[in-house]
Amino acid sequence: MKNLFSRSTLLVLLLTLSAVSFGQNASSSMDNVMRSNGQIYVVIAVMLTILIGLLLYLVRLDKKISKMEKR
Amino acid sequence: MRNNWWKIWSAVLLVYTFVAGLLGPVPALPLLQETIRNLYFHVCMWFAMMILFTVSVVYSIRYLRTLDLKYDIYARHFAVTAIVMGLLGYTTGAIWAAYTWADPNKPLINSFSTIARDPKLIGAAIALLVYFAYLILRDAVTDIDKRARISAVYNIFAYAILFPAIWILPRILPSLHPGNDGNPALDVKNDISASMRLVFYPAIIGWTLLGVWIATLKIRIQLLADKKMMS
Repeated sequence: MKNLFSRSTLLVLLLTLSAVSFGQNASSSMDNVMRSNGQIYVVIAVMLTILIGLLLYLVRLDKKISKMEKR
Repeated sequence: MRNNWWKIWSAVLLVYTFVAGLLGPVPALPLLQETIRNLYFHVCMWFAMMILFTVSVVYSIRYLRTLDLKYDIYARHFAVTAIVMGLLGYTTGAIWAAYTWADPNKPLINSFSTIARDPKLIGAAIALLVYFAYLILRDAVTDIDKRARISAVYNIFAYAILFPAIWILPRILPSLHPGNDGNPALDVKNDISASMRLVFYPAIIGWTLLGVWIATLKIRIQLLADKKMMS
């Protein structure tokens, strides 16, 4: 269950990242979103990447400690 | 997973905080402008710190009542996580103050002396230093039972200093920090719109749960290390 959770989170993260990089084509709608409002969405993407990265790190640490506790 | 639902809540609330915190509507206040969004980050660090210090002192009291060394470990790691939160709150506050309290017509360094002597900053520094002393005191005592007992008693004294230092002391002195000179820290009617509270309160819960998560990880590592030492 825990494994499923972290894997699905990773999947969502990768999907988001690919969607963001997809927006490099000047005509796509994602590009327009990312460049609107003074490009604040770029900041949100960066902050969310850091936050989710840190959270995934905590999940991994949690799993490792759980494994050690079982032994 | 069964006992981990609150960790998922922490992640969900923090993602919500980051998105809604940057995109949500905020009142356009003079000087503050968009920096009022720091409320969801800087202020939450201090709230999380206060809650974690409270948890820590509760475990110290439980240790003194039961003399179970497990509670001593709990108290220590909650205090350490709270100190980290406090340091982050202090640093983010320094950045925020540099661009709102300082005179924009002069170089930042000229305003440094005014900002550095602000009672709120001094109070926060006193509170954090008192807790640094808690860690130093702990590690200075080698006997396990004596260390646990002395540091539990000290933790109660440190907690008694914490709230006067960060709330009462700055409020009876002139300070630039919001919530001084008799004003409440959160002027819900004027400073914070209803939409901001919709982000602010979940943000406090999210950050606090993150702190609890980190603290529990540290506790579990410590308990494992202690078990290894015993066997």
